[in-house]
Amino acid sequence: MAEYKGILICGELADGKLASITTELLGCGRKLADELKEDLSCLLASDSVGEASKEAIAFGADKVYVIEHPALKEYQADSYIQVAEKLVQEISPRIILIGQTSMGRDLAPRLAFRLGTSLTTDCLDLSIDPETKRLTQTRPVYGGNAQAVFTSELMPQMATVRTKAMAPLERDDSRKGEVIPSKIDVDTSKVRTKVLETVKEEAVGIKLEDAPVIVCGGRGMGGPEPYQTVLKELADLLHGAVGASRPPADNGWVSEALHIGLTGKIVAPDIYIAIAISGASQHTAGCSGSKHIIAINKDPEANIFREAEFGVVGKYEEVVPAFTNKLRELLAG
Amino acid sequence: MPVNMIVCCKQVPDPEAPPAVFKVADNKMTLPPDVKPVIGQYEEFALEAALKIKDTTGGKITALSLGNNFVRDVIKKALAVGGDELILLEDEAFEGGDSWSTANALAMAIKKIGEYDLIFCGRQSSDWDAGQVGLGIAEILGIPAVTLARKVEVTDGQVKVERTIPDGYQVVEVKLPALIVVTSGLGALRYATLKGIMAAAKKQPVIWKPADIGLESSQIGAAGRQSKLDKLFQPVKEAKCEIIEGETTAEAGANLAVRLREAKLL
Repeated sequence: MAEYKGILICGELADGKLASITTELLGCGRKLADELKEDLSCLLASDSVGEASKEAIAFGADKVYVIEHPALKEYQADSYIQVAEKLVQEISPRIILIGQTSMGRDLAPRLAFRLGTSLTTDCLDLSIDPETKRLTQTRPVYGGNAQAVFTSELMPQMATVRTKAMAPLERDDSRKGEVIPSKIDVDTSKVRTKVLETVKEEAVGIKLEDAPVIVCGGRGMGGPEPYQTVLKELADLLHGAVGASRPPADNGWVSEALHIGLTGKIVAPDIYIAIAISGASQHTAGCSGSKHIIAINKDPEANIFREAEFGVVGKYEEVVPAFTNKLRELLAG
Repeated sequence: MPVNMIVCCKQVPDPEAPPAVFKVADNKMTLPPDVKPVIGQYEEFALEAALKIKDTTGGKITALSLGNNFVRDVIKKALAVGGDELILLEDEAFEGGDSWSTANALAMAIKKIGEYDLIFCGRQSSDWDAGQVGLGIAEILGIPAVTLARKVEVTDGQVKVERTIPDGYQVVEVKLPALIVVTSGLGALRYATLKGIMAAAKKQPVIWKPADIGLESSQIGAAGRQSKLDKLFQPVKEAKCEIIEGETTAEAGANLAVRLREAKLL
């Protein structure tokens, strides 16, 4: 039987650079690898990987496996899984870490079932049991109303990690590592899906993930209109972005791209203003990393006040315009 | 061409229940009896996706669920809204499974059903949130899968899916048979009609035991787990919210602006 050794990260690229989740995985993987005294490897698969392989080393990788193929330009499960599965067979890692991203959600369960091992998705914390060297995996369950700790005896040990849950290392371009161009090929006859088109739907203006201030409206907004008026006015004043909890996205009041929560976007702005949001755990899962949470809700018992630092109890129609006007006055003075 | 569809759905405690009622005791989630079970939110979307295809193309929908002690009125919703058959893998031995044992049992049941063009699953259950079972079933059956679907159409032996991606969507095409993992965005599950409710009341679900799908009790439920649940806990959160007040709620809003400036947050 093969000896399982080292940690493999399935990396992702964004606009030709290392995606932020991959730097986070490298930060977390580096710590685990040092504890195990084993190597940290990173797989980068695309049509062209370019300088990102050096970036992966600067963020902590010892080895970077580069697989380039035209079929890997855009993520498609049937092509990516081939290269991931073959690389795993070639290097037999002890641990495989993947981001809980659009790609990771789609790739990781397939890979786990194909490898016949178990997987813990959406982990917030990972550590090594010093005795067994197994991965202790902590993840939220019941929409964030509890957390569960899992272990498995099967190898390799697999987990996906929530975005923004781990801190990347400081980039260090003097770090030494090895870039290994891999000959692993993609058999395009095994790709059963065809992407006919890719459509961008992002709202114009500042991106939700990058916004320092987010003004987020919930089910209590009652309809699509306030997102264009009261919320937008406040967000514009603070150079921030407008977001929404799940019900407004489900009801079609706003685009799914604005949905913040467990199954939407995970954000961590400086200021998060939650308006008419009850604060269900599945929503706070997407915003609890914010530095300061401010809540406006008519229900004094709303769960969001347990998360917030400052709050006002009252109808948003009355509170928000007064808040925005006073703030405009103060910011001008 | 009528489409043969299977929709996997799970009975879960109502995830919309207030966070305060979720209590962990002895490594188990306990909920007060007034929290009613429901079909998981994403499985409801999966049912709606199948019903939309039945509306336009015609076909048959078999709802499939795994668990124990199903509340008949809850799980029969799948029939009341327009499902044709309901198969329950119902046994004490199915309890306490993980993604692996659940996907395996469902895949065995689907093999026993035999004929299918499309299998629908929700993106993640509303209790354990793992998001693995749908893809696991597809891997075990060796069929293609498309995840995060928000629109599904069938034409000429192909299925066309709008797949949600972070900044928009992709249009993906795949040949039948295929498995589709559904997310939100295609609209809420329709209401059951009176006629549908009455028809569902008369219909009895088909019950399959582990042996009916060729599995032994060591392969299912808690005994068939590949991962071990070491601990279930609730992190203690300290509420420290400063409530800003005023003569009127509008004044409280203005006072909030003053307080945030004072605290140098804005």
